[in-house]
Amino acid sequence: MTSTTARRLPRPLSMIGWSAVIVLGTFALAAIALNRGESVDAMWFIVAAVCLYALGYRFYSAFLAAKVFALDPTRATPAERFNDGRDFMPTNRWIVFGHHFAAIAGPGPLIGPTLAAQFGYLPGTLWILIGAVLGGCVQDFVALFCSIRRDGRSLGQMARDELGPIGGAVALIGVMAIMIILIAVLGLVVVNAMRNSPWATSTVAATIPIAVLIGLFMRHLRPGRVLEGTAIGVVLLLAAVFGGGWIDDHPTLRTWFDYDAPALALMVILYGFAAAVLPVWLLLAPRDYLSTFMKIGTIVALAIAIIILNPQVQMPALTQFIDGTGPIFGGNVFPFVFITIACGAISGFHSLIASGTTPKLLANERDARFIGYGAMAMESFVAVMAMVAACVLEPGIYFAINSPAGVVGADPAVAVATISSWGFPVTADQMAALASDMGEGTLFARTGGAPSLAVGMASIFSSAFGNTLLSVWYHFAIMFEALFILTTVDAGTRVARFMLQDLLGNVVPALGRTSWYPSVLICSGLVVAGWGYFLYFGTIDPLGGINSLWPLFGIANQMLAAIALCVATTVLVKSGRVRFAWVTGLPLVWLVTVTSVAAWEKLFSPDLRVGFLSHANDLAAQLASGSLADAAAAQAPRLIFNDRLDAALTLFFLVTVWVLIVETVRICHAALSGRRCPPLAETPYVPTRLAEAER
Amino acid sequence: MIATLRRAWAHFRELTGDDAYERYLAHWRLHHAAEGGVPLDRTAFVREEQRRKWEGVRRCC
Repeated sequence: MTSTTARRLPRPLSMIGWSAVIVLGTFALAAIALNRGESVDAMWFIVAAVCLYALGYRFYSAFLAAKVFALDPTRATPAERFNDGRDFMPTNRWIVFGHHFAAIAGPGPLIGPTLAAQFGYLPGTLWILIGAVLGGCVQDFVALFCSIRRDGRSLGQMARDELGPIGGAVALIGVMAIMIILIAVLGLVVVNAMRNSPWATSTVAATIPIAVLIGLFMRHLRPGRVLEGTAIGVVLLLAAVFGGGWIDDHPTLRTWFDYDAPALALMVILYGFAAAVLPVWLLLAPRDYLSTFMKIGTIVALAIAIIILNPQVQMPALTQFIDGTGPIFGGNVFPFVFITIACGAISGFHSLIASGTTPKLLANERDARFIGYGAMAMESFVAVMAMVAACVLEPGIYFAINSPAGVVGADPAVAVATISSWGFPVTADQMAALASDMGEGTLFARTGGAPSLAVGMASIFSSAFGNTLLSVWYHFAIMFEALFILTTVDAGTRVARFMLQDLLGNVVPALGRTSWYPSVLICSGLVVAGWGYFLYFGTIDPLGGINSLWPLFGIANQMLAAIALCVATTVLVKSGRVRFAWVTGLPLVWLVTVTSVAAWEKLFSPDLRVGFLSHANDLAAQLASGSLADAAAAQAPRLIFNDRLDAALTLFFLVTVWVLIVETVRICHAALSGRRCPPLAETPYVPTRLAEAER
Repeated sequence: MIATLRRAWAHFRELTGDDAYERYLAHWRLHHAAEGGVPLDRTAFVREEQRRKWEGVRRCC
């Protein structure tokens, strides 16, 4: 889009324009990076981000498109060659952009930055901006490019073709593992948002019958009328937010929706199983429509609100917690900020979408730049907004909401004293007033990022749109987050089920029949049991399950990105573009460094809140010496086992990524020295016959 | 003005998939009508679409 505008403008004018963007961007970055001790206008975050994305898109992605990938507008895309009017179909680039963005943007970019704000706003913001422009956008773009040149094949297939069977198997198992951890941690975020909150729980619960109703409507009454169904659904969802408030005020009704975290975890597990085995049209598909609309609507509203309101960012640029003592999760700023913020900076999961439905829709290869690079820049922008929403809260309040009781103390008086002693003043009265404004019983220790994001969003929305209904905005934000987290839970369980069926089908052929009901039940059950286990024990973990699960998720996601970049680097080397291999090679080296250091620390750090093994050993020693209270002693063996399980998973990720690196180096070396290796699997050139006008 | 709005609405419908059946009919007439037979009716098309769409990875974190 920018390139055509630039071409239309006279050259000097275009140069002046881009120089202005550079100056403005530098100025905005300086304003946020050099600020010490005063609050910053949120506007500078927006300006810095937009300038950086514009520059990255205009110059770096143009370089990638023209020189590195040599995108060829005369080459027919898979959509054109296999056009079947369904999977493969040349589609308007804006429409593909919309679909691609809706598919890649999930709850990840909202939660990661919220948690990483414990280091101050600066490390996270810089990583989101730089990571996206040089890493994440490149990964999405290159995955899309590789897939278009290979008939729209998936990442797993491409890994097998380019790297051989080991690479393929590693990619497949990696995807399964990340799915399980991802669903568990997202489930935990929802559970923590609903814990002992009748309003939130009843509103989230109401989304289920609403989705079913819309499902029935679109199946039987008005087949395929997506807009009608969605419009009704959105109205019902808004009614559910208000209805939740009414239930919360009702003395009897509220007790029906008042549960502690482990009970809610069991309900989410049951729900996940039901959603996986029920027909798609009944729950999953309508929920997906609703959540996509809510998601895009709310993100746009948040952007407008931040621009109108220009709130002050209260969080300091850096906090003392860069030394690894942070209450929300343990670990130094390096490498943990890069693990905590995966989605929004670089997210391996995107390579599955970029090598899934999207490449089958592109009408022209040239569009890969706009869709691959552009959509990721947009997701990164969402992450910047989440960072702003977390940092406009007073730091004391931010820490009170996000710190687990096991770290700051369960008693409000103790918690506020601890947090204030860190230099982030907050009082119990202040927290009580905030909780009552938001219509919640308490906001202490609501770990997982969703409640603090909702408080941030509620205060931004209520002041920007001249509305004082804080509690309604708060529960609207919770409903919006829960809606698409649960969509990810459903869709992820389903995908993992398909993969498991595929895998088990090799051993027991009957299990491989995807629609055979016993196989559906067994495989869905296994998948749900997998994530349900981590979810349930996340809720009883005294350190707050987020502390152990979110880093695992980050490591897994970055590992998937490393797999995609390995495939891409191999492709560049094999296709004689070794002088450009740094384009994917450098982000790959960075990711492997970050994930390896993080995985190593999660395994062997002596810090009890970082190292899984030292925590397990410490608990075991306490248990043996009998210094634990009865309740804690009863739980201890399970916690010790979980720590060791988490350690085993981390080790597995670490080994997986290194196996793949060794394979990549081996294949690249073989290709460069002319020895035997799997040949480049690119489909031969076919000229396009689509006229420009048709697009 | 009206024409612009109408075009925007058409794009919006395409983006949301609201017009999927109409697009399918257009595609069918163009490519498959010559082979004879009848296109799927609306209900059958919607069912088939939904089954197809949910086979792979559809949503991300």
